[in-house]
Amino acid sequence: MSFYRSHILVSVDPECLQRGAHAVLDALSDELVNQGLISEVQVLETSRIGDPAKHGPDIIVYPEGAHYINLSPEDIPLLVEEHFLKGRVVEKFLLQEKNIVDEELGPPKPKEVRVILRNCGKIDPHNIEEYIAEDGYQALAIALTEMVPWDVIDEVLNSGLRGRGGAGFPAARKWQLCRNVDDSPKYLTCNADEGDPGAFMNRRVLESDPHSVIEGMIIGAYAIGASYGYIYCRAEYPIAVRNLNIAIQQAREFGFLGENIFGTGFSFDLEVRMGAGAFVCGEETALIASIEGKRGEPRPRPPFPAVSGVWGKPTNNNNVETYAVVPQIILNGASWYAGMGTETSKGTKTFAVAGDVVHTGLIEVPLGITLRELIFDVGGGIKDGKEFKAVQIGGPMGGCLTAEHLDYKIDYESLIAAGAMMGSGGIIIMDEDTCMVDIARYFMDFTQDESCGKCTPCRIGTRRILEILERICEGKGEPDDIEKLEHLCREVQKNSLCGLGQGAPNPVISTLKLFRHEYEAHIFDKRCPAKVCRSLIDFEINAEVCTGCTVCARNCPVEAIEGERRQVHTIDADTCIRCGICAQVCNFNAVEVKS
Amino acid sequence: MSITKEKDLSQIVETAVNRHGTHGDALIPILLEINEEYGHIPASALQDVSGKLHAGENGTVVSEGQLFSLASFYHMLSTKQRGEHVVQFCESAPCHVQGGRELRQAIQEYLGLAAGETSPDGKWTLVTTSCIGLCGVGPVIIIDEELYGNVTPEQLPDIFARYE
Repeated sequence: MSFYRSHILVSVDPECLQRGAHAVLDALSDELVNQGLISEVQVLETSRIGDPAKHGPDIIVYPEGAHYINLSPEDIPLLVEEHFLKGRVVEKFLLQEKNIVDEELGPPKPKEVRVILRNCGKIDPHNIEEYIAEDGYQALAIALTEMVPWDVIDEVLNSGLRGRGGAGFPAARKWQLCRNVDDSPKYLTCNADEGDPGAFMNRRVLESDPHSVIEGMIIGAYAIGASYGYIYCRAEYPIAVRNLNIAIQQAREFGFLGENIFGTGFSFDLEVRMGAGAFVCGEETALIASIEGKRGEPRPRPPFPAVSGVWGKPTNNNNVETYAVVPQIILNGASWYAGMGTETSKGTKTFAVAGDVVHTGLIEVPLGITLRELIFDVGGGIKDGKEFKAVQIGGPMGGCLTAEHLDYKIDYESLIAAGAMMGSGGIIIMDEDTCMVDIARYFMDFTQDESCGKCTPCRIGTRRILEILERICEGKGEPDDIEKLEHLCREVQKNSLCGLGQGAPNPVISTLKLFRHEYEAHIFDKRCPAKVCRSLIDFEINAEVCTGCTVCARNCPVEAIEGERRQVHTIDADTCIRCGICAQVCNFNAVEVKS
Repeated sequence: MSITKEKDLSQIVETAVNRHGTHGDALIPILLEINEEYGHIPASALQDVSGKLHAGENGTVVSEGQLFSLASFYHMLSTKQRGEHVVQFCESAPCHVQGGRELRQAIQEYLGLAAGETSPDGKWTLVTTSCIGLCGVGPVIIIDEELYGNVTPEQLPDIFARYE
């Protein structure tokens, strides 16, 4: 591995690419060659480093840590000459505000422990040597040369690692099942079809540290006796697909994939399969159907994929994060991993935190952390000094937790007991301005759209639930709607074929349990307490605050606002379409929402 | 996803089949490539793919109907002609709670289209997309292949004007 005196990290996240990061990258390489610096300065591609919408294309130069923003190819000759030849930081391109390094994944926040994310943003995903320098592929060497497959399974079993895809089934138990099936060839699949809205943990690992997933898969394949693997990655993640393909190619060149790995006689290879936009393909039997080139529809289990999976052969399927942590368990030992977490939920888990919290983005915390620590210590608390209302955890099949659950531990069992679930790790934090009926309606809209249509309870049941929720939000709720919802939810939950349908009613069940009064306000009082549902609110102008500046009247798209200059304006509720533009443009906060 | 009518459809199909092979598991990659290159997958392309796969070495027998069932199942594949510019609106929850609800309304009003519709002049198609994982900058829209983050209703006229 060569040594360089400087490293340039060029952000190639989708937004920066769109703003011309490729041209900047090319210009940098050309200019470094021109100046004879190419052997001293290394150019690396990395994920997002700043706010691409404001600063892209941007680069960071180490060791100085200079963050240069809004670059164009024309800026590069000056930048290279000044910074790398003359050693002077170029002030005019420098980001003036400090502290922002990576919006998705900043420096570790309080109570964070990074195992899976340890290399993200630190190493070049396109260079296998950088991964190797961080002890990469060492675990593979240990597993293949010092352990028999059953040793590997035992080590993972003792670590207590549970599947990170959502259900939390002990990973090594799955491996045992597949190992014990007397059939060949065996396959290994990696579920990278991260479809839960707001969950992008796997995207980041695949983009920034693809080798950790590949190494984990090779070790898993060795343990199970699999000879071929597929990484099923959703097509919405083009950069992840690209980086994986580069990483697989490099792993082949280094002899970590292919025939006779490390001369041990063990052979394994893998390829990336792209999805085409179907949420249900995250379900393992649907994923297998999609790999085979069929409609991604789930099928009843048993037979489980461990017995009959890809091409009818024994197949082990795990999530990205599950595989990515396996090398660390082999390297550091099962007891190290089991030392983190709770009695039944070991290790760390990544979460994508979104919504009304100060620090959104990716975090990795030991399981067993409380909800309070997660929102207020790691997340920095609720934005704009508002009140915490609820957190939606576990994705569209998950549930909500409220202030009364703040001291609950985040682990597989506690979440289920509280009516939510771990899911893949999407967390949406909501403040007091959120309407819970609208949130339930939103999630139902998602699941009924993503229902594959194969089984009736899910196909029709989710649609009927959505219709009821829609009419409640429109102020047309009927007195027995709550009972109807509860009945429908039970039926869909009980009778659906796969996890999608069985979990689909969860957001409704959970909000009905915790926020029943909001449903009742919508149905009986025709009122939306959070003032969100447009059919149930009115915009009014506060006569004491209005200055008669006419801004609202001029911006109203339907001319619903009347009033002379310097006179108090009024909104005609019948004409008003509740678009809220008047409230946004008013400089005096005179437009109030009533419900 | 831009429309390149100049490109010959049968040429696109041939390239895709040559690249991905004629085995059954090549179907989705082939359809994705046609969709990307041509903008959508017309019935004639399905017929063409069916024929080529059948004729291939160790060929696979796949009817047009089976291909249509695939193309209509996956969101990213379209069997219908799309507009010159495709506006994808991220309908995921993080975008939804960060102003996505208002933005969606504003886009629909601005374009006069509901999700899934194409404007009569063939200029715009509005579709929703599932989460693209850029939740840190939500709400997010994608026009053709360009991404826009932190979008507000006020920015829409400026954004759409770039495609006029």
